[in-house]
Amino acid sequence: MSDPLSRTPLFVLHVELGGRIVPFAGWEMPVQYTGIIEEHMAVRKTAGLFDVSHMGEARVRGRDAAKFLDGIMTNEMATIKVGMARYTVMCQPDGGCVDDLIVYRLAEEEFLICLNASNASKDIAWMRAHMGSYQVEVLDECAAWAQLALQGPCAEQILALVTSTPLAPIKRFGFVFGEVAGVAGCLISRTGYTGSPGFELYLPAASAEKVARAILAAGQPHGLVPAGLGARDSLRLEANYPLYGHEISERISPIQAGLGWTVKFAKPAFIGREALHRQAQGGPSSSVVLFSLDDRRIARQGAVIFSGETPVGEVLSGTQSPILGKPIGTALVAAGHASSASLTVDIRGNRIPLHLATEPFVK
Amino acid sequence: MSNVPAELHYTKDHEWIKVVADGTAVIGITDHAQAALGDVTFVDLPKVGALFNHGDVFGTVESVKAASDLYSPISCEVLEANSGLNNSPDLVNREPYGGAWMIKVKVKNPAELASLLDAAGYAATL
Repeated sequence: MSDPLSRTPLFVLHVELGGRIVPFAGWEMPVQYTGIIEEHMAVRKTAGLFDVSHMGEARVRGRDAAKFLDGIMTNEMATIKVGMARYTVMCQPDGGCVDDLIVYRLAEEEFLICLNASNASKDIAWMRAHMGSYQVEVLDECAAWAQLALQGPCAEQILALVTSTPLAPIKRFGFVFGEVAGVAGCLISRTGYTGSPGFELYLPAASAEKVARAILAAGQPHGLVPAGLGARDSLRLEANYPLYGHEISERISPIQAGLGWTVKFAKPAFIGREALHRQAQGGPSSSVVLFSLDDRRIARQGAVIFSGETPVGEVLSGTQSPILGKPIGTALVAAGHASSASLTVDIRGNRIPLHLATEPFVK
Repeated sequence: MSNVPAELHYTKDHEWIKVVADGTAVIGITDHAQAALGDVTFVDLPKVGALFNHGDVFGTVESVKAASDLYSPISCEVLEANSGLNNSPDLVNREPYGGAWMIKVKVKNPAELASLLDAAGYAATL
C-alpha cells in the first residue's frame, strides 16, 4: 500500500495545458506538455515555466537559528547575508546525505529552507531531532507555499511584465519579497536548477494558479512555454546539478559527489564533519563523474561501468542532451578509475566508451 | 485520442503489422506507443536476414525517458530495416504508421496472423 498522491495548487492548470501527469516523489506532476526536447530547448533559448510546488519548505527561527543550522549543515550558515540564499548539504554522521537544500536568510534569526519533495518530512524530523538546547523552532510550511521556476534567457523580461518589484537589483542567489500578478508576499529569488538564468518564486499556495496564469499569458508572446519534470531533469543534468537519490543520497556523500565546495571544514563542528574530513583527506572509495557518449543509445540509471572486463561502477542518471545531441549522464566510479580514459558502459550487451567531462555541458 | 487505422493488425504490446498480399508484412509501433514514449531519439533495428519467432525482441526504441523493446508480432524473416530512422528517429513521433515503419518481413506462418488484434480489439485495450 502506498499513500495517496498529492496534487499541487496547479494540478487543474496542468491538465488544462495538456500536461502528461505521472507520479513523482508522492505527487502527481506533469512530466511534459508538448515534448521534453521542445520544452528543454525553450528554456535554453527563450523561457520555460515549471511548477515545483512539490518541493517542501521549512522555516527555522529563533535566537540560535544560525548556530543551530551551522551544526547540521555542511556549508556556512552564519555568514549568509539577509536577502541572500546558499546551497548546502545536510549530512548523516557517516557523511551520507540527508538532503541537499537551499537556505534563504529572511532575517538575522529567521531562515526559509527549500527541501526536496521526497525528503521533506524526513528533513523536518531530522532538524527537530537535533535542536538540542538551541533556542530555535522548526516550522513545517510545506503546505503554505507553492513554487514556480521561471527559467531561460527571457525569464527576467517576462517576469518584469507581471511584477512591480525591481528585478535588476536581485543578485544571483539573492531574493526579495514583492508583489507578482497582484499577489503580495511572494519570495522572488534569482536561483534555478536548469543552468539557464531565471527566477524561482515562492508563492502563497492559494494564489499560485493566478500567478502562473498571469506569467504564462504575459510570456507567451516571448516564447514562454510550460515545462515539465522531464525537461527539468535533462536541463539539470546538462548543468551537472545533482539530484537527490541519484548523484547524492544516504550512501553518496557530498565529497564523493564533487560538492566539496559546500563542505566547510573550517567550521569546528557539524554532523558528518569527521567522516567527510577522512574522505577529503584520504580520497573517497568512489566518486561521481559526468560523461557523454558518442552513440545513439542512452546509458540509463543502473547500467554497469567497466574498466576492461572489471565492473568499476554504475550509472546514476542518464538522458539525451538536447544541446549536444548525444547521450550524457553521471556515474559512481570506484577510486582510481574516476579519471580513466578507458571506461565503458554496458548498454544491452554493447560496451560504449565513456567520454568523461571536466566541466558541465552548459554554464 | 490515439489514431488506430482500421486496415492494420496489432499486438497488445503496441506494435502494428500491415500484411501485404505477397506473403510479406510491414511492422511498426502505434500512435499510442509513440505518445507514451515521448521524444524518440534512437531506433535499434535488426539486420536483413534476421529470424524471429512470434514474441521475440527484434529491436529497441529509445526515447528521452526510456528504452523499450520491440516485439515481433509474428514469426518472420527480416527483408529490410528502415534506414531512414537512423537519421530521423523523430519520424516515429510524427509518422508512426507511415515514414516510421520499422521492418519489412517475410511471414513464416500465416496462421499466426489470426492471433493478432484488429483495430477495434486494439482500441479496446487503450
